[in-house]
Formats: sequence, structure tokens, C-alpha cells
Amino acid sequence: MAYDKFSTIKTPAVPLPIENVDTDQIIPARFLKAVERKGFGDNLFRDWRYQKDGSPKTDFPLNNPKYSGKILVGGKNFGSGSSREHAAWAIYDYGFRVVVSSFFADIFKGNALNNGLLPVVVSPGFLQKIFDAIEKDPNTEFEVDLENQTFTILAGDESEQFEINPYKKHCLQNGLDDIDYLVEMKSQIVEFEKNKSCRFEAC
Amino acid sequence: MEAKTLFDKIWDAHVVKKVEGGPNVLYIDRHYIHEVTSPVAFLGLKTRGLKVFRPEKTTATPDHNVPTINQHLSITDELSRHQVEMLKKNCHEHGIVHHGLGTEGHGVVHIIGPEMGLTQPGMTIVCGDSHTSTHGAFGAIAFGIGTSEVEMVLASQCIMQPKPKKMRVTINGELGKGVTAKDIALYIISKISTSGGTGHFIEYAGSAITNLSMEGRMTLCNLSIESGARGGMIAPDETTFEYVKGRQFAPKDEEWETTLANWKELKSDKDAVFDTEYTFDAADIEPMITYGTNPGMGIGVTRPIPTTEGMEGSDKTTYLKSLQYMGYHEGDTMKGKPVDYVFLGSCTNGRIEDFRAFAAFVKGKKKAGSVTAWLVPGSKAVENQIKAEGIDKILVEAGFELRQPGCSACLAMNDDKIPEGKYSVSTSNRNFEGRQGPGARTLLASPLTAAATAVTGVISDPRELM
Repeated sequence: MAYDKFSTIKTPAVPLPIENVDTDQIIPARFLKAVERKGFGDNLFRDWRYQKDGSPKTDFPLNNPKYSGKILVGGKNFGSGSSREHAAWAIYDYGFRVVVSSFFADIFKGNALNNGLLPVVVSPGFLQKIFDAIEKDPNTEFEVDLENQTFTILAGDESEQFEINPYKKHCLQNGLDDIDYLVEMKSQIVEFEKNKSCRFEAC
Repeated sequence: MEAKTLFDKIWDAHVVKKVEGGPNVLYIDRHYIHEVTSPVAFLGLKTRGLKVFRPEKTTATPDHNVPTINQHLSITDELSRHQVEMLKKNCHEHGIVHHGLGTEGHGVVHIIGPEMGLTQPGMTIVCGDSHTSTHGAFGAIAFGIGTSEVEMVLASQCIMQPKPKKMRVTINGELGKGVTAKDIALYIISKISTSGGTGHFIEYAGSAITNLSMEGRMTLCNLSIESGARGGMIAPDETTFEYVKGRQFAPKDEEWETTLANWKELKSDKDAVFDTEYTFDAADIEPMITYGTNPGMGIGVTRPIPTTEGMEGSDKTTYLKSLQYMGYHEGDTMKGKPVDYVFLGSCTNGRIEDFRAFAAFVKGKKKAGSVTAWLVPGSKAVENQIKAEGIDKILVEAGFELRQPGCSACLAMNDDKIPEGKYSVSTSNRNFEGRQGPGARTLLASPLTAAATAVTGVISDPRELM
């Protein structure tokens, strides 16, 4: 799926200091009925963001006008639960390009990387510093530099390195996806099928 | 030769290529699809001008969106109907076998695969659904994937995955009366938390595991994802082979013999090293129930809700937010609390054994008048078996009725939603906020605990009523 190439961004961030934010909160199942990848951002955090009558819950960070930016900062174990890629689509479609947490669930992390949404894992201490910086000044800016794999709190000039698989980094920087890669190696896959040991499968 | 785990053996045999500085290209033997996570993948193929590479390795069924009554009528929700129709259309266009609503092969995707013998030991199995971990019960590597990966499998029969770490969870000893595979799973998650398994693939071992039926093993492996693990698996043994033998897609005759000999090699080497190991005693496991908003918040049904003593910061805030949502307080006793709904079904507990256990429990008793019970077979085959065994009659006599197959109240995507504020004792897999309907409060439990609760109208310990 095509997405924007990722290089460096400098932006404020939106805080969501809740742990175990699961994919049912990111996008409830009743909003997964589309057959195209469009408009999921409207229902991002639907039940936390809106009242039953559709009016916004004013205390939810996404509805608070003082917060803005392309970075979402979540508590630990972000994205647990279902494999719905709609969760990554919704966050991206809303306008975020980075999600920061001290810990991500595996499937969510993979889905984010496949969709141009960069999951940044920082230490629990650094995560708290990010929350504190936003608390102090909601307009404070952060820099995410993918090339150098750094996340910087610009106001305090505090920085932390983050890990990313070199292959995935290359994909994000160039807007590439795995499907192109796999389709290109099809002859190798056919070869594998021919030579595949049948020991573990009834071929 | 280096000692290998069961996981290593199967994984390594399926690596087509190791990408330098990147993931493995992993060959997939079996791909299941459903209506929710596949349409965008098919759309992607169309945009790229690609065909499905190996259509015979993919099997489809609609399950998440389907109603569980009046399935002979058109689906009333327009978006649901469209998604279900799109699956059929996409499968037809690409030559994929599709088990439509109302057909004999229909059901929850993780129930029909094993029933048909499509799930076999030693396979790599994926599906755009996190509970694909279910199939690990057969000694397969099975895990949930996102829609981009569904597209990869359709386009190339491969996905790109880093190899996870390995964990072994050993449960020794014998389970007590009224304790089931569901309780084992909820117990493990309560001990290691919903992120304890993250980055890992679990192998379950020990006498309490090998004594489980295939249905029990599927329930346990199904819930592996709730500990954060990609999947869970159990080495295949005579119980596994007995289950697979004779099923529609199982190897036959001479092929069965040679395949069986290979399957018997599928176990971790004696000296194999796991990155993480846990050992628990089966005797410590009670019938479990959850009291909060993630599957790790579970306790023995007779125990009080843990207090916040020793918690601080966001841990404490998150915990209290969760109790507030549930309308519970620290130190409350769960047993005896009123319940409005009981749900038996889902890919976790929608198999024949679950219905047998539920029916055996409620036989001669009556459903409490205050409880609405939804009993939803996981597949048409389960429904047929329920009727063949006369289980339906026992249920009706006890005041219950049977619905038609589907994911039902597990995820609030179809008509079966629990109303706001209501309490539901559910045999499904997730108790997240709003999982069973906006504002609904879910208490995860086994079919036995669900049955005990259904007849008393309050959270009950099945051991006291057996």
C-alpha cells in the first residue's frame, strides 16, 4: 500500500498516557466494515473520543485543541489485541506519522511498519519525559530522525536512539512495501516449492 | 547437530530466504481468510494487476459479520452484507474455495479449518485474525497477520517476518474438578500479563497439557495471543493424530502412513533452549474469571479483586480506570455478583466439547430468568453434531436456545451486541472496553463457569454445583 516516504519530522505531539491501549479502542470492530482503505481516521478512538450522541468528549486528548502534531504518545503495551490493520490505517489516516511508546504489541508494530507509520520504542523513563514535556508546554516540538534513529525532545535537547530493522527502515525511507519485494522473488519461491521438504506436510 | 525446538524445526523448514538485515521470507502452507481483513488485500492485488498465486492453499468463510439467527434471510446491515458478498465475489474471481453462510462448511474460520483436516501438524498457517494461534494446537506454526500480509500471501504464498523468540510454558500435574483449558489460559495470562509473551512464540508442555483433548488444546493455543505472544503450539501426539485421521483433507492410506512417520518427529529436542521458560502447577489453577478490561485481569472465581497496594503512576491510573469501567471496586468478591448475559461460543469455546460440557452441566437445571443466554455453535458441523447427540434437547429443556454459527457476541460487529452497562459472562477471548458492544462489561470464563452462572444468575463457582 502506497504511503509517504519517511525522513525527518519536527512536530508537537498528542499525549495518551494510558497503558494497554488495545486495537478495539483504536478502532472498534463495528467500524471495520469498509471494503476500501478510506476514512478510518474519523473513527479513530471512537468510543473514547465521542459521546453516544456523536458529540466529542472534551476531556479526550484528540479533542483538546491545545494538543496537535503528527506524533501520538501512548502508554506501555500499545496496540495489543486483534490483528486488524485498520488500527494502523486509522492512526495514519488521522494524520499521525509516528507512535511512541515504551512497548508495542507485535502485530500492531508490524502493521504500522507496513503502512508508513513509524513505531518508536523509547525507554520508560524517556517516555515519561516526553509526557512531562507536553504537559509543560503542549506546543513543544519533537524531532524524529529516521536516518539517525533518534527521537529528540527539542526543548530540553534530550535525545534517545531507537531501534529499527534495517530492511524496514529502508522500506519506510523509500515508500516501499514487502509485496513488491515478494512478487519480484517469485521464481525463487517457485524453486522453493519444488525442493520443499515434504517431511512436515502432506504435499 | 544443534538442538532445536519444535518451533525452530518448522520455521526453518519454511524459510525461503533470509533478507540481509531484515526479516525471513516465510513460506505459508495454509491461509485462511474471512470477510473483514481480506477485501483491501484483494483490492491491492487488483491495483497491482496481480492474480492469487496459489489459490488452492487459501480457504475462505464469512464469520465476523454474520447474524446468528435467520441466516436464510438476507443480512440486514448493509455494510455487513456488502463485506460478506465481497468475500464471495473475490473468492469466485480468484478460484478460492469459499464456505458461504448457510452451507455445510460454514463457520468460524478457526473452527472449520481443523474440522476439515486443513490444519495439520508441521504446517505454517496464517490468517488475518489474531486468534489464528488456535491452529498451533496441532503442532503447527500459526499466527495472525495484518491485511498487508494477507495480500502478500495471496500474491506470493509468503510473508516477511522476523523470527520470534521462543518461550516454553510447562504445566505439570492434574487439573482439579471443574477446571478447563480456558482456566489454564486465563491463569497463565494472569501470571505473565498481556504483554508477557510479546516477541515470543510459546510451546506448551507438561502433563496437564498432554492430557487435554484437541478441543482443549485449541482453546489454550487460541488465547496465546492474549499474553502478547504471536502464537502457541503443542507437540503433536496420538491425540492429535487420532483427531486428524479420516478428516476430509487429511492424508489418506499410504500417504497417511508416511506423513504420520514424519509428524512423529515433530517435538523439541531434549536439549533445546528456550529464551524464556515458565512452569506452573496444575493443582494451583481454579476456575477463572476476569474482573477488568484486559484478559490478564483474571482471578480464581472465589477470590477478591486485587487491591492497588504497591501500584503507582500510570499502572495505578490504568487499573482504576479499568475497575471504574467495570463498575467494580478493589477487594470486591466476584462470586455472587449479578450477571445479565451469558455467551457460549466463539473461536475460543465454540466447539462440540464446549457444548457437551455446558449441556452436561445444565442438564436437569433451569436457566435463571434474569439471564439472557446466547449459545452459538462455532460451525455448521458443530451445530449438526449438537443435534445428532441430542444436546439441543437438553439445552431447550433447561430453558436455553441454540443460535446459528458465527463469531456472534465476541466482538460487537454483527447484531449480537451486549447493551451498555450490562454484565456478560463470556466464553470468548477479550474483555476490552466495548468489545461486546459499546459500554458492555465482559467477564471471561470457561463454558462450565458460564453454565453455572447461567443457572444461578450470579457469578458462580461451577465446582459447587457439579
